[in-house]
Amino acid sequence: MSRRPTTLLAELTHRCPLHCPYCSNPLELARSTAELSTEDWKRVFTEARALGVLQLGLSGGEPLVRRDLEELVDHARDVGLYQTLVTSALGLTRERAVRLKEAGLDHVQISFQDAERESAERIAGTRSWDAKHRAAAWAKELDFAFTVNVVLHRANLDRLGAIIDMAAALGADRLELANTQYYGWAVSNREALMPTRAQVDRSAEVVDRAVERYRGRMQIIYVLPDYYSDYPKPCQGGWGNFYVVVAPDGRAMPCHAASQIATLAFDNVRERSLDWIWNESPAFRAFRGDEWMREPCRSCPRKHVDFGGCRCQAFALTGDAANTDPVCTLSPERLTVDAMLDGDPRPIAYSYRGMPPLAHRRPASTREPV
Amino acid sequence: MPLTDASRPALWKFARVDFDPVRGRPVLLYPEGALLLSDTAGEILALCDGRRTVADIAASLGTKYRADVGGDVLEYLEQLACRELVRDVA
Repeated sequence: MSRRPTTLLAELTHRCPLHCPYCSNPLELARSTAELSTEDWKRVFTEARALGVLQLGLSGGEPLVRRDLEELVDHARDVGLYQTLVTSALGLTRERAVRLKEAGLDHVQISFQDAERESAERIAGTRSWDAKHRAAAWAKELDFAFTVNVVLHRANLDRLGAIIDMAAALGADRLELANTQYYGWAVSNREALMPTRAQVDRSAEVVDRAVERYRGRMQIIYVLPDYYSDYPKPCQGGWGNFYVVVAPDGRAMPCHAASQIATLAFDNVRERSLDWIWNESPAFRAFRGDEWMREPCRSCPRKHVDFGGCRCQAFALTGDAANTDPVCTLSPERLTVDAMLDGDPRPIAYSYRGMPPLAHRRPASTREPV
Repeated sequence: MPLTDASRPALWKFARVDFDPVRGRPVLLYPEGALLLSDTAGEILALCDGRRTVADIAASLGTKYRADVGGDVLEYLEQLACRELVRDVA
């Protein structure tokens, strides 16, 4: 059987009310005028389903800023996709949640930043606590499948137990705990986000206990911080293997961070069918299978376990996307990663997305991050 | 809790079985996941309505295929129960 994608991540927009320092979207965001139209997205969903896609993630940015979201959900339901809304929940009203339910949305995934209001809003860079907690209650009331997702980093890892208990109290069916990955905007905040090794070790124990405690009530998915691992993550289950991302401007990519690989050109769904892009485009074929691999991957018994790791990370840290992910202890460039883990953590000071640096702000017109 | 022949399995309420015309196979869809099913697995899950017992389901398929499938049905549902995709409502 030919290789078929199962999952489409539709990044409907890069516009977002949050300013998270760990944002993995690219430094250069697509402007709203460059976004795909309603009709474009509908066609993409139809083509995706015909290509074999079963799961649709509606993401961003904040997908709720698209006024046509309900129309897109309605269409995706008609073509038979299982749909997840990945949202900050800012801008959600109960009326809109009802309309999304009626249009066929299956699953709501809401991001939370911490288990305490003050810290959560400092991380998000804006008031958001109340809106998120209200939205969680609507997700339960309207009987959506409900996931809480939390990006973990130095400022919230010490409250991991409280974060897990908060998700359970909100009634989450699933909890995704993802340690920060350093792509896009997050790179500029790496020093403020990187956990200490002691935090990482403790968090693994906290998660193990919580998995047992909440078994049968809430599934806990824990994504390890790969810098602290010996082997790289099997990114997206292999390049061009089952996952496809369409960015707000229509560029189709095998991974949502892939636009940072400057040596690849990504075809656009405005000009090409998704079928052609998946099967024929140079970018999707670039790292598919194992023909492209060099040593130490080429002869490695793990090459079909982790697929050589993350191409975006290989490019970001070694300058060549075809190199072994430098997280791997077999990589000659692992020292680059080790160097980032050494040394004492600096004080936490974030560079916020969509806000001028603190020093450049005029006190009268701008508000400090809450 | 492990399933037994007396369990009354039901799909998790956020999971559903669809037929995928692209692959010509039934698929189990749930939040952030999809499992491609064999035709037999699709038939088993179609019978997981929270009223029939595992033994009922096995008997129904056993009659159709004229074979004792009890062990296979229980083993398959156990696998899905471990992933919380099937739950005993009894």
